[in-house]
Amino acid sequence: MSSLLRLATAGSVDDGKSTLVGRLLYDTKSVLADQLDAVTRASVDKGLSTPDLSLLVDGLRSEREQGITIDVAYRYFATPKRSFVLADTPGHVQYTRNTVTGASTAQLAVLLVDARKGVIEQTRRHAAVLALLGVPQLVLAVNKIDLVDYDEATFTVIAKEFASHAETLGYPQGSVLAIPVSALEGDNVATRSERTPWYSGPSLLEHLEDVPVAPDPHDSALRFPVQYVIRPRTPEYPDYRGYAGQIAAGTVRPGDEIVVLPQGIRSRVERIDTADGPLEEAGAGTSVTLLLADDIDISRGDLIAAADAPPRITDEITGTLCWLSSKPLKAGARVLVKHGARTVQALAGELHARFDEQALSSVDAPATLELNDIGLVTLRLAEELGVDDYGVSPRTGAFLVIDPKDGDTLAAGLVGERFS
Amino acid sequence: MTTLEPATDAAQDNLAALESEAIHIFREVAGEFDRPVILFSGGKDSTLLLHLAIKAFWPAPVPFPLLHVDTGHNFDEVIEFRDRVVERHGLRLVVAKVQDWIDDGRLEERADGMRNPLQTTPLLDTISENKFDAVFGGGRRDEERARAKERIFSLRNAFGQWEPRRQRPELWNLYNGRHRPGEQVRVFPLSNWTEADVWNYIAREKVELPSIYYAHQREVYLRDGMLLAEGPWGGSRPGEEVRELTVRYRTVGDGSCTGAIESTATTVEDVIAEVSASRLTERGATRADDRMSEAAMEDRKREGYF
Repeated sequence: MSSLLRLATAGSVDDGKSTLVGRLLYDTKSVLADQLDAVTRASVDKGLSTPDLSLLVDGLRSEREQGITIDVAYRYFATPKRSFVLADTPGHVQYTRNTVTGASTAQLAVLLVDARKGVIEQTRRHAAVLALLGVPQLVLAVNKIDLVDYDEATFTVIAKEFASHAETLGYPQGSVLAIPVSALEGDNVATRSERTPWYSGPSLLEHLEDVPVAPDPHDSALRFPVQYVIRPRTPEYPDYRGYAGQIAAGTVRPGDEIVVLPQGIRSRVERIDTADGPLEEAGAGTSVTLLLADDIDISRGDLIAAADAPPRITDEITGTLCWLSSKPLKAGARVLVKHGARTVQALAGELHARFDEQALSSVDAPATLELNDIGLVTLRLAEELGVDDYGVSPRTGAFLVIDPKDGDTLAAGLVGERFS
Repeated sequence: MTTLEPATDAAQDNLAALESEAIHIFREVAGEFDRPVILFSGGKDSTLLLHLAIKAFWPAPVPFPLLHVDTGHNFDEVIEFRDRVVERHGLRLVVAKVQDWIDDGRLEERADGMRNPLQTTPLLDTISENKFDAVFGGGRRDEERARAKERIFSLRNAFGQWEPRRQRPELWNLYNGRHRPGEQVRVFPLSNWTEADVWNYIAREKVELPSIYYAHQREVYLRDGMLLAEGPWGGSRPGEEVRELTVRYRTVGDGSCTGAIESTATTVEDVIAEVSASRLTERGATRADDRMSEAAMEDRKREGYF
């Protein structure tokens, strides 16, 4: 089992995400005495009789003033079974882009709903974003179950409605676990609650400890974006020329046949170098330096790929964009596309469709994409890129859309015609 | 965040993943920026940062200089360590001395003698004089709740200020380093490391640290619950009894506000065992500058501090 689980929270504002995260930290004894003292003092100042656990995580002055989460925070906690990196994301519609930020690296998402309100617009929006990003595991935490008197029927209605929504989004039947919780009281967060005798499943923490994590895509073909060329030109290494990067997908071994893209030149891996010595094999996620058998002109931004299974080379990407900026996208806009270690100029072509995450339908040929819109767009590139579909190889199927004027990140891009 | 256990196999995998991520970040900055610099204080986090930079570019030299903002209130052992490391790896060191800014009137000494809060101006001035466009820092998100909000690539405006509500989304491992002239990007390769990861990695890699991280005899006095040492920053006041104790430091900062803890831990393994039993965070235990207000760290970051 993997020792590390990366997870994200999502859900609407005021549904208790920060309190849940505070509770997880508190119940896993990840809060030390001085941190708890600070929160207890602040809670007393606010006139509260018990520590407000959300203050453990709402780190910004304006968050504490307003009692809401504005920006993603990353939290670290551990149990004897597993370590966790948790992206705690805001619920406000205006901050949906931060949910995308938190979820882009998550292996599991905990989506919260308020038991009194059930599945609402923002729940459906977030579930759609999580499905789009391919977050493999979902947990629906039906929070504030104490405020509906631990009522089983209320929980069942919400769990069923959400399960059918998730299935429409592509989550297989039975793949979403719903848990009745009270973040405030601690019910079913770290330990199972006696106040929900009708619930036979695990507590949230038990589930997080035991849930299998999808393995790294080791069996997929090699993808290695060249980040940096290492040329020491020192007396000791006068002719050393290594291509440094992090393996995006697949596995590499000395002797492997490779192709350098977009040039299309073929060669063979001679050595896999690291500062700790050469490796016999390296897999996805590992930062290494490759030395090739032939002297080829390769620079940052090139892609080294398995010769027998290269990605497609294209000067046009059709893909889904999560529009994260308040500056709308129109056809004809000049943008930059960052893919792997390469940034190229691009022109927005056709806006094919906008996805309506409430109706789970799409609107044809929208005039613009606005903040938080999800749309299918074609981008024409000034230079060729080697791309895969996001569903096949997320690391080489993902890209950023950047504003060339001020450098702002405008959109998260996923290669492939998902909503066509 | 808290429990420091001896690293298991699974934890070693976790360290390998963190190392690969940090190396990826170093190479990304080397590829995208013109004039990066590594902020280096000689403390454990910046020493680890340098260790990872050396691994990222091996067998080529580290393509960045180091920058030390010298408060003038440093521990001798740390300055000696700093100079030795620079010498050994053939690095270039830029030193911004707070004293120079005080001497020519650009800064005024504080009544309480603390110089940590005075570092921001020399830092920002030196960044702009040298036209540094990317500045590596050893900050970790587990240190403090405002730091937990920090991106790995953190855009600062031309005044070096952090605007937490206007941070760029950070997606997958695609870091956006675009910036306009005058703006800079602060880069935090250790963002996802915890104090436990740092110590376990130091043990694994046998990284040398300044001697003050390990138990030694020192004359100290108690003030505001902290064991402070005498130094160029001043010393004990009447009524504060100076005693020789066996102590070590959990963080290295300005001597005026960094306290020692009583400890007999003389090896990395001893330190790991000791920290895992502690009920205080490293900053909560020994850093007075974080105690000044509930939002002390956020306020300093907004001003341009790390």
